[in-house]
Amino acid sequence: MDKEPEERTDRIAAIARAHRETEGPALVVLRAVQEEFGFVPREAVPVIAEALNITRAELHGVLSFYHDLRQAPSGRHVLKLCRAEACQSMGAAALAEAALARHGLAWGETTADGALTIEPVYCLGLCSCSPSALFDDEPVGRLDAARLDRLIEGAAP
Amino acid sequence: MTRVFIPADAGARAVGAEEVARAVAAEAAARGLALDIVRTGSRGLYWLEPLVEVETPAGRLGYGPLAPDEIPGLFAAGFLEGRPHARSVGFVEEIPFLACQRRITFARCGMTDPLSLADYRAHGGLKGLSRARSLGPAATVEEVARSGLRGRGGAGFPTGIKWRTAAAAPGERKFIVCNADEGDSGTYSDRMIMEGDPFALIEGMAIAALAVGARQGYVYIRSEYPQAIAILQRALAIARAEKLLSTGSFDIEIRVGAGAYVCGEETSLLESLEGKRGEVRAKPPLPAHKGLFGCPTVINNLITLASIPPILADGGEAYAALGFGRSRGTIPIQLTGNVRHGGLVEVPFGVTLGALVEEIGGGTASGRPVRAVQVGGPLGAYFPPALFDTPFEYESFAERAGLIGHGGIVVFDDRVDMARQARFAMEFCAHESCGKCTPCRIGSERGMAVIDRILAGVEPAKNLALLRELCETMRYGSLCALGGFTPYPVESALDHFGEDFSRAPQKSVAA
Repeated sequence: MDKEPEERTDRIAAIARAHRETEGPALVVLRAVQEEFGFVPREAVPVIAEALNITRAELHGVLSFYHDLRQAPSGRHVLKLCRAEACQSMGAAALAEAALARHGLAWGETTADGALTIEPVYCLGLCSCSPSALFDDEPVGRLDAARLDRLIEGAAP
Repeated sequence: MTRVFIPADAGARAVGAEEVARAVAAEAAARGLALDIVRTGSRGLYWLEPLVEVETPAGRLGYGPLAPDEIPGLFAAGFLEGRPHARSVGFVEEIPFLACQRRITFARCGMTDPLSLADYRAHGGLKGLSRARSLGPAATVEEVARSGLRGRGGAGFPTGIKWRTAAAAPGERKFIVCNADEGDSGTYSDRMIMEGDPFALIEGMAIAALAVGARQGYVYIRSEYPQAIAILQRALAIARAEKLLSTGSFDIEIRVGAGAYVCGEETSLLESLEGKRGEVRAKPPLPAHKGLFGCPTVINNLITLASIPPILADGGEAYAALGFGRSRGTIPIQLTGNVRHGGLVEVPFGVTLGALVEEIGGGTASGRPVRAVQVGGPLGAYFPPALFDTPFEYESFAERAGLIGHGGIVVFDDRVDMARQARFAMEFCAHESCGKCTPCRIGSERGMAVIDRILAGVEPAKNLALLRELCETMRYGSLCALGGFTPYPVESALDHFGEDFSRAPQKSVAA
């Protein structure tokens, strides 16, 4: 993942070029870049903008609009805790508060050792198994504090 | 070979279906038994998940909810012969929750292997497309119009009229766009179809394309559904390989969203598909005239499109024979949150809210009294039990200052603080506002501040009046439903649960 910026720039340009036939490609390219690097590096904006023949401002507008797109790397594990109503009805707010406090994080922050990022998410479609979360893209439901702790502790560091 | 069915649906996986499936395979291997383990979608009886079903000559028997360490005991009890076990739930189709339903759109979901086209055909799939081909475009549109089908995303616009408009619109290129950006809390019916019966969506889109003369379709799926995306991708590949979709006449591309709730609004979704910021467009022009890339576009909710194949197969009149008032056919309702029997209920329109929550849903999971239910997602109203006689259908909810949205019902017990829920509605609107119009962008921020002042006891009468006024401005001044409907949860909380806003000791001047 830790490539030299120059090598990264070449790769980003190649990703953008690969989507030149795609109609309305900007979001698709940004997602693909994030897929590869885990975030959208700063140097990606001019490279993609040039490849797609749009302004940097326009591309930055897209990048900054979508909650999913990261401009900095996440932790090695990402916990997305649902904050929406169905999960609220089953105690998600207290669960989230405790999890954040336990790891000393605010929403969206990463632990100092880079192991864990906790992010809010508004509905995972697991609303009959609330409270729910996505842990590294794997769905988890009927969460309580003990299950959440086991999940995080059970993950490789 | 005995067939055992285990869901691979994300909701089932979230509560351990993978571990249970592995345990079943391991135990069968240890006992030297050859089993045909079929991974299905979910039946939508989520309180029973992970639910394992075994095929017997008399029907499919269910066992659930199961934990992996219960699997050896399940084999020892003789579940492969349908013998009883502590987790037996009997014949799945006879479980009252399922027996009371009328499954049309969800007829196959949880029954079949979602990626088996043979299963799909054997259970009635592709009949609708083949009938549409024999009817031709104009008669296909009329069949949909006759069904009375209205948009299942929540707006309830007649699908037949939408298709007719797009079919009549001049243009070389036309598009079919499926809105699978299912962001409402308390809903997952789109996800269940993508994971449990993806060919139904593909068939529905192929019929829509034939009806209006489109050659390209897009499915816009939210990124929060990684598994649905993966399964639909595989289903599309199979559909192409089997010439269900033939490139040149019609093809479908999946586009993945990026965590913006507002992209569920149709014009914002179109902007996002074009690779732009998901900012709402003013209407007119209607998407049916000038939609994706400026071309005539049919944009339908996923459930709307997945309901098309049975309508074509069995005729619009049969579908229209079900329902209530101007709400025809069936609606997949999702019972969620603090509910004892949470899951998907497909019934004809008209069942009362109380029957859904108290009878089918069995009341709260916590066993405490129900205090409020939010119907129709984060922009839907909170209803108290006093309104449980409301029939579940578009107009009856509108008459009571509510909406049915995408069919989600979130149940709350008597511990809920409704002022906090109202504040959350404003907070959510602020978080998700696309920023294009002021009532939504600024109004939601002001709404949070005003509710905070009310809760702090600062000039409550004045601030309550201000909150009402702000809601009015948002409702009439916002460009789309995000700002326009956020007042529903806020005002319904004020109307039905006003006592929750007057708990603070009163102070006279703002701090």
